[in-house]
Amino acid sequence: MKHLAEYRDADTARRLAAEIRRVATRPWALMEVCGGQTHSIIRNGVDQLLPPEVELIHGPGCPVCVTPLETIDRALGIAATPGVIFCSFGDMLRVPGSRDNLLAVKARGADVRVVYSPLDAVTLARTHSDREVVFLAIGFETTAPANAMAVKLARQQGLANFSLLVSHVLVPPAIEAIMRSPGNRVNAFLAAGHVCSVMGTWQYPPLAARFRVPIVVTGFEPLDLLEGIRRAVVQLEAGRHDVENAYARVVTELGNEAAQRVIAEVFAPVDRAWRGIGVIPASGWRLADAYRDFDAELRFAVGDVTAVESPLCRSGDVLKGTLKPNQCPAFGRECTPRTPLGATMVSSEGACAAYYHAGRRVEPATAGATHASS
Amino acid sequence: MCLAVPGRVESIHEAEGTRMGRVNFGGVVKDVCLAYLPDIAVGDYTIVHVGFAISKIDEASARATLETFADLGLLDEGLAELRGDVADEGPAP
Repeated sequence: MKHLAEYRDADTARRLAAEIRRVATRPWALMEVCGGQTHSIIRNGVDQLLPPEVELIHGPGCPVCVTPLETIDRALGIAATPGVIFCSFGDMLRVPGSRDNLLAVKARGADVRVVYSPLDAVTLARTHSDREVVFLAIGFETTAPANAMAVKLARQQGLANFSLLVSHVLVPPAIEAIMRSPGNRVNAFLAAGHVCSVMGTWQYPPLAARFRVPIVVTGFEPLDLLEGIRRAVVQLEAGRHDVENAYARVVTELGNEAAQRVIAEVFAPVDRAWRGIGVIPASGWRLADAYRDFDAELRFAVGDVTAVESPLCRSGDVLKGTLKPNQCPAFGRECTPRTPLGATMVSSEGACAAYYHAGRRVEPATAGATHASS
Repeated sequence: MCLAVPGRVESIHEAEGTRMGRVNFGGVVKDVCLAYLPDIAVGDYTIVHVGFAISKIDEASARATLETFADLGLLDEGLAELRGDVADEGPAP
């Protein structure tokens, strides 16, 4: 496939890895922010090509994983309401709420449907005018243009039976929270390429300057990842902290301005609780006041939910990058993709699921673990 | 949901007041909303997220990146080390 095979070439990957080995003289910890990148790294063994000096810390960029438990519980409550068609991306169905998940609610008779795009939910609202159609709108900046457009189209089409349960999260405030957290070990970031395809790179220079941290916008294929890592290590070795774009075939400085305009119209910033991490100021989007009539939280009185996490689950530590998935005592034992204790074991972008599916069952004696205390 | 592969725009049409297109992902063809890429044309490659085309792939940048990779190997002083790597993983000479 064009624009794919050439970025998966094994020979070039080894050359890039050799170049990283050549330039790395000191221990460095790099965080890939995006869960999609985590999966590509583990599936392709990118981390295993790196020299012992370079450790990858997996970041919190799995939208399914950080969607707060309270939102899942609200989703379960709304989905169980008679007359509701509840639409979600497939990833969310097995994510554990306090008691059960959307799949269990569906098994008990609720009309829960997996959609590929929020536009599918808008179509359902149009064709089922006697039903309330609710879409669970989660994700980072990447899915926001789609979710925002769904609301705009629903208003244009006069669909009063359509609403969104919104739990959007944003990358730059998460980077800031990680850099401010006590015991932070991150020396450089691989910024999420597809988030930047929407938002551009202009948000990142102030962060790089304030925290003196290199930020390299990085793609998802093995060579993209290795090139992002190489550029970050070159900066670190040279004592630089710039924003670089290693994914220029997809990302521009300004991003997709048409998408940013619709996002700014439909959504407004909000303090958001991240599952396993806590509240990060201005780290999410809610529906803007002009679109509050599409807010499922206001439309459905599901009441205050009291969320209860599994006491065994340490997904918060995994999301903060302080624990590798296979260092968790429950990993592969009480917690598997079939019986997940936390969302990081469910999602196709969760770090725990990535490790499990790649067969990384036993905690390896990584160089990174040694660096952790140095 | 941030993972995505490039697809080729095969046709463009209007539906429900929005610009839509048929996009081919290595043989799988999907209906995709093109509202956010007003300039995209048939034959262009695009990255699609949850049914929306977000960015057009810049062919010149794609080529430039691949050329950088090629140069790295040729200019690399550690080429001998790297040849060692390849030999380690390849069949015995």
